[in-house]
Amino acid sequence: MAAIGISNSAPLNGGQKLAMKYFTVAIALFGAQVLFGLLAGIQYLNPDFLFGILDFSVNRMLHINAMVVWLLFGFIGSVYWLLEDESGVPVVGLGLGNLSFWVFTLAVVVVVLVYLLVQVGPGELKSIWLINEGREYIEAPRWADIGIVVCVLVFFFNVAATFSKGKFTNIGGVLVMDLVALAGLYLAGMWYTPNISMDQHWWWWVIHLWVEATWEVLVGCLMAYGLIKTMGVRRKIVETWLYIEVALMFGSGILGLGHHYFWIGTPEYWFTIGGFFSALEPIPLVAMVVHAVFDAGTHKVKSTNNPALAWIIAQAFGNFFGAGVWGFMHTLPQINLYTHGTQWTASHGHLAFFGAYVTMVIAFMYIAIQKWRGDVYMSGNLVGAWKWKWALFLLHAGMITMTMALLISGYEQSQIERAIGGSTWMAYFEAQGHVWFMQGMLWRQIGGWIFAAGFVLLAWDLLTIGKRETRPALKVQAE
Amino acid sequence: MSQTQELWWASESFWRKTAIWVTAGSFVVLIFLTFDTVDQITAGSKSERVKAYSVINNRIDYVFDEKRNFQVPVIGPEEPLFGKKLTEEEAMAMVSKGKLTTQAKNCMNCHTLLGNGAYYAPDLTKSWLDPMWGSKETREQTMVNFLINPQDHLYNALGRRMPNLGITEEEARATVAFLKWMSAIDTNGFPTNFKPIDQTDAPAPAAPVVEPVVEPMAEPAAPAQQ
Repeated sequence: MAAIGISNSAPLNGGQKLAMKYFTVAIALFGAQVLFGLLAGIQYLNPDFLFGILDFSVNRMLHINAMVVWLLFGFIGSVYWLLEDESGVPVVGLGLGNLSFWVFTLAVVVVVLVYLLVQVGPGELKSIWLINEGREYIEAPRWADIGIVVCVLVFFFNVAATFSKGKFTNIGGVLVMDLVALAGLYLAGMWYTPNISMDQHWWWWVIHLWVEATWEVLVGCLMAYGLIKTMGVRRKIVETWLYIEVALMFGSGILGLGHHYFWIGTPEYWFTIGGFFSALEPIPLVAMVVHAVFDAGTHKVKSTNNPALAWIIAQAFGNFFGAGVWGFMHTLPQINLYTHGTQWTASHGHLAFFGAYVTMVIAFMYIAIQKWRGDVYMSGNLVGAWKWKWALFLLHAGMITMTMALLISGYEQSQIERAIGGSTWMAYFEAQGHVWFMQGMLWRQIGGWIFAAGFVLLAWDLLTIGKRETRPALKVQAE
Repeated sequence: MSQTQELWWASESFWRKTAIWVTAGSFVVLIFLTFDTVDQITAGSKSERVKAYSVINNRIDYVFDEKRNFQVPVIGPEEPLFGKKLTEEEAMAMVSKGKLTTQAKNCMNCHTLLGNGAYYAPDLTKSWLDPMWGSKETREQTMVNFLINPQDHLYNALGRRMPNLGITEEEARATVAFLKWMSAIDTNGFPTNFKPIDQTDAPAPAAPVVEPVVEPMAEPAAPAQQ
């Protein structure tokens, strides 16, 4: 048995060793996301900063792409982490999974270098194949798209084959079905058309049906496992809740896609369908809050892993506020006409991605680190607990500051640029130069620095938590 | 009452079945709607939501429609782009070149197109119609000159400039074609309350001016050019 507090991969199973690799790259890319976000934020305050060297478009692309990729790495790592535990058998095709990890990582490095050093290409198809697809969130060039699909297929094979060989728990079943949809949807974004309405129509299939449907169900699976793991919640309860969440999530989220079809050339019936179903989207998120908080309450918040549980609870609330409340605020077409394409969206995007996804990946990182340190004690009165608590606080304080600041700028923009100015270029710049807008940008930057401090502390904590502990992890009694 | 008997509405199997039916049902509805939507947004389709590419041969305006209660694109008399009338194939090739340019130059990570993208620079949905370009006679060339050398044109007091992205004259012209074609897409009134460039034929007004329902706000000041 591994010594307590000493980092050692010996007690980990094969899938978990691979998960540690994914988590390592994920945290590095998280750092990159924060860094390029800071640079882009500075450019709002000082447009000459790095002008012509690293322009806003490059920083912003790296900011959002690093996020998509690190969250994917975090999800893949989390699934590899629970795979053997859930299925009861070693990962099938682990060698292939390991190879795929290195290919995926190498591809990411090459894409980032091309983004940084080449940046743009001539207006030809070859630029889209080799440099940058120029479509928000899925900018990765086509060669990398194909690489991503291959890697995701290998991952899917590992997961499906392992569950098939071992036992198919309900969590496993939902996970496999969800991954089919997740991988399949990516294909909708992999072709070129001169028709921008058609382009954005299919582009939303990838972005919306990932972020507001399949990713949500994926974190639902992770939460189910996390609650069993940290508090010993009865499997039957979490799995019933998981099905409730899937029904509500897909029931609202699939047709909720329509809230992206108000203004891109798509027919008017999407006003009704998109408005109605997207207004229902917060309901499953309420269910998740009730579920997580109720379970934590019945177990008197006694857990084997306090940092992980704290991040799971943070996920429940963050998802509800960021995705649910902030999304609902501007999802109806009557409001969205004025807020679409303003800092409202940035405000919602920041809180939603953080609340729904970042939190859950961090929770899994803490679950992983605990075992990696020989199943070290991570409950109350943990030695050096201030670090995880302050990291959690600073990350939240920074994020909430950014969200509120962007929202104020968004309000100002929708009023002055849209409602009054009529959305011309002059109206745009009038709104951008307004003191309320600029104050929002300044506070966003301050929030960004607080968040960055939280990130540094988080990274330090993940490297050191449990190091000076000698007690073994608490055992939870399954109900 | 016995506590051991499981309530059907709280049972795992009930919710599993519900999840499957709800998901499958939603997906089937989405597929049906997708067929209709894709048909309607095909360029040049009967619905006229997304116009044929050769629409760039004509004047495009953005006028308030009483019945629909928002502004809609209106196709006017022939006004070929750069003075050259194109066939549908030629127009498609030019718009496509422009679209490829907007992708290869990563426009969407500063601008929004149809409201989607980043928020560091103005929305491009109706940029062809923007009064910023001065007069309708000179706007094509003004746009091309700007795209080729944007770093020299400071169109705002914030100091925000567009970087030089190495756009060639051919790419710039194609981008203008793409923007003109995009301005003809029926976007359900987005952006709202937009005040397009004056396109009436001077000196005598050729067409009756549609009375706006809402009185426009004060005209913005002339752009500060440097």
